[in-house]
Amino acid sequence: MSDHPSHAHMDAAQAYEAAKLGIWTFLATEVLLFGGLFTAYIVFRLKFPQMFHEDHFHLNRILGAVNTIVLICSSLTVALGIAAIRKGKQGIFKLFLSLTILLAAAFLGIKYVEWTEKFAHGLFPDTDVFFSLYFVMTGLHGLHVLGGMLVLGGVLVLAGKGRFSEHYCTPVEISGLYWHFVDLVWIYLFPLFYLIG
Amino acid sequence: MTETTAEGAALPLSGSGQSRGYLEEKGFWSWALTLDHKRIGVLYLLTTLLFFLVGGVFGLLIRIKLMVPGQQIFSDHVYNVLFTLHGSVMIFLFIIPAIPSGLGNFFIPLLIGARDVAFPRINLASYWIFVAGIGVIVASLVRPMDTGWTFYTPYSAKTAADVTLLSFGIFLIGMSSILTGLNFLVTIHKLRAPGMTWNRMPLFIWGMYATSIIQVVATPVVGITFLLLAMERLFGIGFFDPAKGGDPLLFQHFFWFYSHPVVYVMILPAMGIISEVVPVFSRKPIFGYNAIAYSSLAIAFIGFFVWGHHMFVSGMSKTAGIIFSFLTFFVAVPTAVKVFNWIATMYKGSITFESPMLYALTFIFLFTFGGLTGMFLGALATNVHVHDTYFIVAHFHYTMMGGTVMGLLAGLHYWFPKMTGRMLDEKPARAGWLLIFIGFNVTFLTQFFLGYGGMPRRWAEYPPQFQNLHIVSTVGSWILALGILVMFVNFVRGLYAGKPAPANPWKGLTLEWRAASPPATENFETIPVVADWPYGYAKRKPESNE
Amino acid sequence: MTNAYAYQEAASRSAVQIDAVFIFITAVSLFFFFLVEGLLIYFAVRYRRKKASEDAATSDVTSNLVLEIVWVLIPSLVVLAFFVYGYLVYRDVNTPSPGSSDINVVAEQFNFEFKYADGRTEASELRVPVGKPVKLIMTSRDVIHGFFLPDFRLKQDILPGQYTYLYLHPDREGTYDIFCTQYCGVGHSTMRAKLVVMPPGEYAKWAAGGKFAQAALPLSERGKALLEKSGCLGCHTTDGTAKIGPTFKGLYGRKVHLEGGREVTADEEYIRESLYDPGAKIVRGFPNVMPTFKGRLSDDDVAAVIAYLKTLSEGKGGGGKGEKEKKERGGRE
Repeated sequence: MSDHPSHAHMDAAQAYEAAKLGIWTFLATEVLLFGGLFTAYIVFRLKFPQMFHEDHFHLNRILGAVNTIVLICSSLTVALGIAAIRKGKQGIFKLFLSLTILLAAAFLGIKYVEWTEKFAHGLFPDTDVFFSLYFVMTGLHGLHVLGGMLVLGGVLVLAGKGRFSEHYCTPVEISGLYWHFVDLVWIYLFPLFYLIG
Repeated sequence: MTETTAEGAALPLSGSGQSRGYLEEKGFWSWALTLDHKRIGVLYLLTTLLFFLVGGVFGLLIRIKLMVPGQQIFSDHVYNVLFTLHGSVMIFLFIIPAIPSGLGNFFIPLLIGARDVAFPRINLASYWIFVAGIGVIVASLVRPMDTGWTFYTPYSAKTAADVTLLSFGIFLIGMSSILTGLNFLVTIHKLRAPGMTWNRMPLFIWGMYATSIIQVVATPVVGITFLLLAMERLFGIGFFDPAKGGDPLLFQHFFWFYSHPVVYVMILPAMGIISEVVPVFSRKPIFGYNAIAYSSLAIAFIGFFVWGHHMFVSGMSKTAGIIFSFLTFFVAVPTAVKVFNWIATMYKGSITFESPMLYALTFIFLFTFGGLTGMFLGALATNVHVHDTYFIVAHFHYTMMGGTVMGLLAGLHYWFPKMTGRMLDEKPARAGWLLIFIGFNVTFLTQFFLGYGGMPRRWAEYPPQFQNLHIVSTVGSWILALGILVMFVNFVRGLYAGKPAPANPWKGLTLEWRAASPPATENFETIPVVADWPYGYAKRKPESNE
Repeated sequence: MTNAYAYQEAASRSAVQIDAVFIFITAVSLFFFFLVEGLLIYFAVRYRRKKASEDAATSDVTSNLVLEIVWVLIPSLVVLAFFVYGYLVYRDVNTPSPGSSDINVVAEQFNFEFKYADGRTEASELRVPVGKPVKLIMTSRDVIHGFFLPDFRLKQDILPGQYTYLYLHPDREGTYDIFCTQYCGVGHSTMRAKLVVMPPGEYAKWAAGGKFAQAALPLSERGKALLEKSGCLGCHTTDGTAKIGPTFKGLYGRKVHLEGGREVTADEEYIRESLYDPGAKIVRGFPNVMPTFKGRLSDDDVAAVIAYLKTLSEGKGGGGKGEKEKKERGGRE
């Protein structure tokens, strides 16, 4: 029996398997959530190719690229953190976890700069369909980044209490998986909005 | 002693008789913060049954207004709010969650020989998210919705009603549904008792498994749909507004991509219950176990590709309509297969007609009829005539009420002893059933004729030629309401004054009957080891009885 | 609604065809209904437990592959037949007929407007000659509506921002109901019209009744036509740019700055006065060169022009463009 009350009814192996299946299932629901938006993107891109071509020049490709690098690095740091805790290296684990959260904050900061830049130029969600899609999709993604930050923050707090070790780090692993997904969504968003005209 | 005796080896954990098992612990917080799947199931059941009654009252009011063709009784606007609330409450707050989150929560772990679901805390969270969603929906009633439960744009984006708040409420309800489906998927995959291979699972579990897949895949799409509707109202984005380059049909595609599969979320658990009840009360193994199990998956799969049959006259392309019509007919085949297998189960059985079986047989009868009326809807030519008329209203009440609700009632009567430790009084149960059966048919059979005659749906007023049938339908609704009342009073009486129930009053073979009635919090003293499927009812000769 | 099952009385061949599909599906479904439900009831009765003892022998047959195959194949063939027949009739009723006359249908909360080729517009009544096919070209001014002709068994949603179509064969004289079947607001259940299928002679008389044509045009559209043919666009624009005179876009309802310092709101009265007595109020920065239209535009005409100008002031663009115009003129106002 596992020593955690919420899964007292499962042994450690079952609990681990259940957690992994659970997070993959959850990520599947997220794929469908964003999938609706990507479908809308395709529909409107086919309908208004000119608008998409002209409008995408208004997006700041440099900041977008920086953000892409920031998120990819954050996926790297979270993976390194998981590798560390799997070997029982608490210090390194907490370091990489903190770095991940910092990078996530940087992502959101840059996003804030980008959005305010758009507003200053009079580009709002209701300006046209391209910008509706841009703000809604990057907004929903941003909310997921924020959520991920909170989850990783929670994991960091628990790590501070010594909850994780090479024998048990399931919540870290599933948070990491979620984080990779958030990164992956951005890797699709970036070229679709910033790059292809 | 084998695990497959007809009696079921019942080892009540807390002695015979009066133990309250999982119901023992008292106090508000022991319920509000419970991690016990049985308590969470009870919370869901009570909440959804409450909204069944609320939605039912709205339905009765609708029918009262429809007794007269004109402006009398109450205003058209109030009527429009009422039919929107009736549909939305019944669908989102009752029919979708009742069997899965109610009976499913209670019985999935018991049927697979587990102590709880995979993620009990997520289970509790799903319930409170559900309640939060209800709260937000109720808050939106300050400017009550009048769009119909389908919320088509552009009207829903423009109406004064508080569609924004409502959209967030429905988003929360959807999140609760997703978490429940996710929990059940993982539970069924990972927590089955030793020896319970996939083809030794009870068919209710197969049904719930297929249901969970649909919940997980389809619900996020309706989530994003309502989010976008809220944003159209809040920020002026125009995906669905032609004035801004958007397309109102995009809303319909998104909406029905979920809302068609969701009817399978409604029916598959009910079908699972029928697959449990019929063998028990026929004392015969289920016929065609594999066919029934795989047909659940087939229905879930095909069901994702037919949503356009709600949109044949919407302005969607005719080619798309043709494809959707073709695919729609094929979802009927696995459904029919189940009906044939249930009937074959009864062949050469030894059948008794306690209330669970009465409701199960009623399900088969009414759902078959409702399904056949679906043939007119899948066929393009006839759909054009009856779409958006009372024919549709009648069709979905036959399948959702004659189907799902009858399945729910079968499950409630079947599992009442297990959940409460008490037996229901059969006589009022049967009286309630009879009134419900008669009332239901009088109410809804007439509506097929109303619809084919041209009576549109969502109409507060109508030309006088439709009045007679409307009056008949309304009188039917009163009989139906009386039956439901009798049934509920019987439930309450059963709760307080029912005879103590043995662990296995129906002599079932599925694992829940090995737990006490009501079960202890941990369900089983020791997790059973399963050696065979749970449908070994047949006896050739009396001597072969153990 | 005309009797669905009496072909001699059918309003249109579409009703006959669709009813035929309905009858086919009913007949086949009834057969399977009685078969299946009959077996259900029969087995329930025949195999009911006769004594209280549960030791009655029951069969332990649990599956039969042949049976499963049979009852998958037969329903599949049956539904295939339903699909094919439904599709064929659907294709027929959606095939345009050569020689159809076009009628435009504009739906709005809460009535149907019918515009004929000769320019006449009538609300609530759609008149066609018997025996001649008609193509309805439909759009909505606001939300989604539905066009349902029960007697013809035909229906089509009407969308804003695009056209949808319906092909009618009015084969029998009579008056038939048109119902709105897509929920559109509080007036949904009273949003109705009539299709009047007239004998050829009567129809010809009605079509020739031209004096109704002009009066029946919606006001704003009549106003637009008047504006265009009265030469207003020589000095005014409708897109926000200033010309010899101020732009019409956003004019109605806007605060106007006059020569001499006064400020007035451009309301109905202002517009009427501008047309009849243009020199009474001159907008600052514009020359006093507008001719009077007294005698050229009647009171009704003025009302129509006002209705049209109002349409140029809807939405956020109104006030804003006024600002843009001021900037372009270098702040002369």
